[in-house]
Amino acid sequence: MGNIQSISYFIPELIVTATVLVAVVADLFTSTRKVHKIGYLVIGGLAIAAFALWLSSPEDSSTLFLGTIVIDPFSRIFKFIFLLATIVAVMMSLNSDELNSVRTGEYYALMAAMVLGMSLMASSVDLIMIYLSIEVVSIVSFILAGYLRTQVRSNEAALKYVIYGAFSSGLMLYGLSLLYGLTGTTKVLELGSAVAALGPGSDLPLTAATILIMAGFGYKVAVVPFHFWTPDVYEGAPTPVTAYLSVAPKAAGFALLIRFFNSVFGEEQPLNGAVWEAIEGVPWQDILMVLAAVTMTVGNLIAIQQDNIKRLLAYSSIAHAGYILMAVPVLSQEGIYAIIFYIIVYLFMQLGAFFLAIVVSNRYETENIDDYSGIGWKSPYIGFFMAIFMFSLTGIPPTAGFIGKMYLFAALINGGSQFYWLAIVGVLNSVISLYYYMRVIKVMYFEGEREKDLYRPVGASAAIILATGIPSIIFGIRWSFLADWVNSSLKFFVSGF
Amino acid sequence: MVDLNTYLIIGAILFSLGMFGVITRRNGVAVLMGVELILNAANVNFVAFARFGGMDLTGHVFSLFVIILAAAEAAVALAIILNIFNNLGTVNIDEANQLKQ
Repeated sequence: MGNIQSISYFIPELIVTATVLVAVVADLFTSTRKVHKIGYLVIGGLAIAAFALWLSSPEDSSTLFLGTIVIDPFSRIFKFIFLLATIVAVMMSLNSDELNSVRTGEYYALMAAMVLGMSLMASSVDLIMIYLSIEVVSIVSFILAGYLRTQVRSNEAALKYVIYGAFSSGLMLYGLSLLYGLTGTTKVLELGSAVAALGPGSDLPLTAATILIMAGFGYKVAVVPFHFWTPDVYEGAPTPVTAYLSVAPKAAGFALLIRFFNSVFGEEQPLNGAVWEAIEGVPWQDILMVLAAVTMTVGNLIAIQQDNIKRLLAYSSIAHAGYILMAVPVLSQEGIYAIIFYIIVYLFMQLGAFFLAIVVSNRYETENIDDYSGIGWKSPYIGFFMAIFMFSLTGIPPTAGFIGKMYLFAALINGGSQFYWLAIVGVLNSVISLYYYMRVIKVMYFEGEREKDLYRPVGASAAIILATGIPSIIFGIRWSFLADWVNSSLKFFVSGF
Repeated sequence: MVDLNTYLIIGAILFSLGMFGVITRRNGVAVLMGVELILNAANVNFVAFARFGGMDLTGHVFSLFVIILAAAEAAVALAIILNIFNNLGTVNIDEANQLKQ
């Protein structure tokens, strides 16, 4: 579709763009005392964008802007995920003491800019657009991570982030240039057949390109061995930013990863019901399977040793990226279904757990797990929901995390016998994760004095806790609504310009 | 005789030098220079493929986008390094080690 006709399908993104611009300008005319209003403005703009997205037809499927991006049900559900995660993250930021010590006008504008970049990531089908959208998201994340610019910890987080980020996107770019040289096209939808037509002599450069591109994607979703930045960045960045970075850009990375690998290295185009097969000569399925296994094991084993709640959640988010990555090489509708379902439940439980960490740090001024002793009795409300999130992150019924993991493992088992070992590694890892998640609950309820402080979060804080906590329980008991929605979103745009 | 292979070899050398710089340098600015070398290695590849590979102009366009984004990235990275310098008095990335390894 040409540029002019495309605009009518691009309205949600245009609203997000307008929100960014209005927020930046409004920041100039707002006094420091009232700067939180920019946050409400951004929430409003994103809510309007979500509404516009809701009004768009769920069955729309075509390329936009001369074949650089697509709209399809698959990108639509991811755009909802990004908008939801960002709205929750902005609300979290408004309630964070840490951020309210600095002027935050641009901060909210940057958060909205992230949404634009991530929406493009989920829908780009051109190598140029892929690189451009990844960089938009990365550059904004660097600034967000270093937003507390007088704090050395925040500076250091941003420095590590920017060095690893620039390095891995450079590697990816070199891989993309090799891929372009091999195939002569940057259009992802044409790359599939072009790669399949290459002779066996191209196996070596193609494998090199795959590994280099994997470095860029792997960095975005923080899989081993591209995970070194994660704990330091997550610990040093302001907590709402950490929560946001551990959910939204990861989801965008997975959207891009799934679309890219299935379109480029899948032999059959991913139509509904068709059998996908990997292209011979490029062992990308094996690469991804090994990466998934190593990622969750490393994430879990290091998470055990952590005493800081932010670092614990950071390492556990590496493990979760590993669980999600398990289902990517399966190449089935079921696998993608499980991934999207898991990302949605992960969004609620991860953001919820991080927000409770913020509430605790606002109230008790600690991020150390040992200092959580007795919180389950002091403030039953925090204790109860923290326990829910920990159960859900472990994957214990009847929480949403259990259902999500169940789908992931089911996709692996139905995928064939070559995936059985990965499923076993995944189950073993869930057992390991039980240890450190339960430690938080143990400290909250079975250690320290049972004094009654009866602190109860009120207002917006309580609303965020409920908004993330209730879905974490509900989707563990009745998930058919979510399942239907995800199921109807499993369509890529495939061909025809 | 200058052909595609010559440029690809130059690209590969630039890429290796960039990797070497990123891995061995401890000065934040020098690490960024290594990253720029990697990006420009990819640029050389893109332009060479577009020119000699009998392909369309996409490669040239891609390299223009890369140049723009590299500039944006460098601006943000230098701002961050400047912050580090203001707070720590050094741009040595080894000394930014307040966070646990």
